[in-house]
Amino acid sequence: MKRFLFGVATAAGLFLASSQAWSADTLLNASYDVGRELFAQVNKAFIAGHPGVTIDQSHAGTSAQARAIAEGLGADVVTFNQVIDIDFLVSKGLISADWQKDFPDNASPFYSLPSFLVRAGNPKNIKGWNDLVRDDVQVIFPNPKTSGNARYTYLAATAYAKEAFKGDDAKVKEFVTKLFNNVPIFDSGGRAATTTFVQREIGDVLITFESETRGVRREYGEDKFEQVTPSVSLLAEFPVAIVDTVADEHGTRDLARTYLEFLYTPEGQDIAARNGLRARDASVAAKYKAEFPDVRLLKVEDVFGGWAKVQAEHFAAGGLLDQTYGSR
Amino acid sequence: MADPEIKSYAPHHESQSAAVTESRPAKAVLMIVTFAFLGIFLLLPLIVVFNEAFARGLSAYTEALTSPDTRSAIHLTLLVAAISVPLNIVFGISAAWAIAKFEFKGKAFLTTLIDLPFSVSPVISGLVYVLLFGAQGLFGAWLKAHGIVILFAVPGIVLATIFVTFPFVARELIPLMQEQGNGDEEAALSLGANGWQAFWYVTLPNVKWGLLYGVLLCNARAMGEFGAVSVVSGHIRGLTNTMPLHVEILYNEYNAAAAFAVASLLAGLALVTLVLKTLLEMRYGAEIAATRGH
Repeated sequence: MKRFLFGVATAAGLFLASSQAWSADTLLNASYDVGRELFAQVNKAFIAGHPGVTIDQSHAGTSAQARAIAEGLGADVVTFNQVIDIDFLVSKGLISADWQKDFPDNASPFYSLPSFLVRAGNPKNIKGWNDLVRDDVQVIFPNPKTSGNARYTYLAATAYAKEAFKGDDAKVKEFVTKLFNNVPIFDSGGRAATTTFVQREIGDVLITFESETRGVRREYGEDKFEQVTPSVSLLAEFPVAIVDTVADEHGTRDLARTYLEFLYTPEGQDIAARNGLRARDASVAAKYKAEFPDVRLLKVEDVFGGWAKVQAEHFAAGGLLDQTYGSR
Repeated sequence: MADPEIKSYAPHHESQSAAVTESRPAKAVLMIVTFAFLGIFLLLPLIVVFNEAFARGLSAYTEALTSPDTRSAIHLTLLVAAISVPLNIVFGISAAWAIAKFEFKGKAFLTTLIDLPFSVSPVISGLVYVLLFGAQGLFGAWLKAHGIVILFAVPGIVLATIFVTFPFVARELIPLMQEQGNGDEEAALSLGANGWQAFWYVTLPNVKWGLLYGVLLCNARAMGEFGAVSVVSGHIRGLTNTMPLHVEILYNEYNAAAAFAVASLLAGLALVTLVLKTLLEMRYGAEIAATRGH
């Protein structure tokens, strides 16, 4: 019994003493939930050029990540797939307000877009957004109230409609409502929507980030699904930033900058392209041209006047999304 | 020392006469419903898990289990259980002892409090620690000033695990000790044993099966806990990712085979727990029935 008690005391002591030691050679990168493979490859390449450096990875939904960082998760850098989640950290004073000027291309080293995945042979002949509101088409995407992925889909459809109907708000609303009416099930997240489309075989078209459609095809069969890129869609940025307060505390600011800059190098861009993200680097983009069909991308800033405005007008309680979603 | 009252709670083959009052068809229907229910809700998912785990073949399975991320997740899960289970044994015995053997004010309140983790959603259990130890939480500033890291590190995961698992041992022991009363201990003390001896040679042997039950259940939950741990983990690969969290992340990135491979380990753990429990019952059935009063 004495030995047992000693064991317990030792365990308790270890437990109390185990605080994490930070070093200037170690970065924690807090990233989005499906970016594990991408950053596993990025980190391997980066460390090869910077021996002795350790990059730890944390992956979860970026809203949850932003909240965790605000509560003390010691992430030196963030590599997210939602701009608003970095803005949340700006509002908490952890990241400087002009972070988008800190790195090229709005601090988004690569990008993607809401794109379509249809069943083999494209039996419903779906080519673009206007096909999604046809009476004979069922569309699958998750609930925009809970999924960042689906918010992009909602915004992309709205942006398309704004252009197609030349800003006639009533027609835009009618279009988006019709699209929502064609969705038989709203799952809570992108992964669940994929399961609905792929395994339960519900719906004719799945809308998700282009960067994810390849993961779906690899997992469930290259020959079972086809990617359809609409002629116009919405730019989905993958923003990166240094978490100033954490990097200063850890003394990792320089390393953090070098790491994020690495994402812009041809080597980093090539890894991104191999993982389904569109590269900013012209030579890398040219190399993978065949895999990424031409598409005209609208920007949230141009169509909606920025993310803050989108949040207030569309996603806030009682906003345009609620009006559309509620009218179902 | 087993009085007849307690004996009537013994395994069912001893009290089969009660079933005679049911008609044969009713019995058959009940059996079919029970087995169908168990088959659909328990057996089928288990088969699916193992089926998916081996869907890409044995080499993919072993590869998934030996990858560094998975191995560190297994290590962490074992470490968390190794810390939280012994602490909960100590806590469970002390709480059961206090409640069963002493009379004091607020006893009912304490019993209710012990049940709290059962009635609270695990997510809330995790959020409580964020509110307490988070950078914006109650003790956040103090902890930061003293360089103590609890949240998004191993201590936070251990705390959350202890919270969700602490009823298991206590709940198992309280009714048992209450039923046994103080008689044996008083006899030991009157024969000259000191308090420690009375505990070690009388109380502990009396409750050992109940204790073992509690430990098994506590351990299973400690290793399998998802909700509370997910909130306080920070999801850092190789540092704060437990097995259940690792399953989720693998599944989310379209790596179903690896996700189910890790899930099959967890399922295997549950099976081992079940087998151990059954073996205990078979081997020591009579003794357990005698000392285990509920």
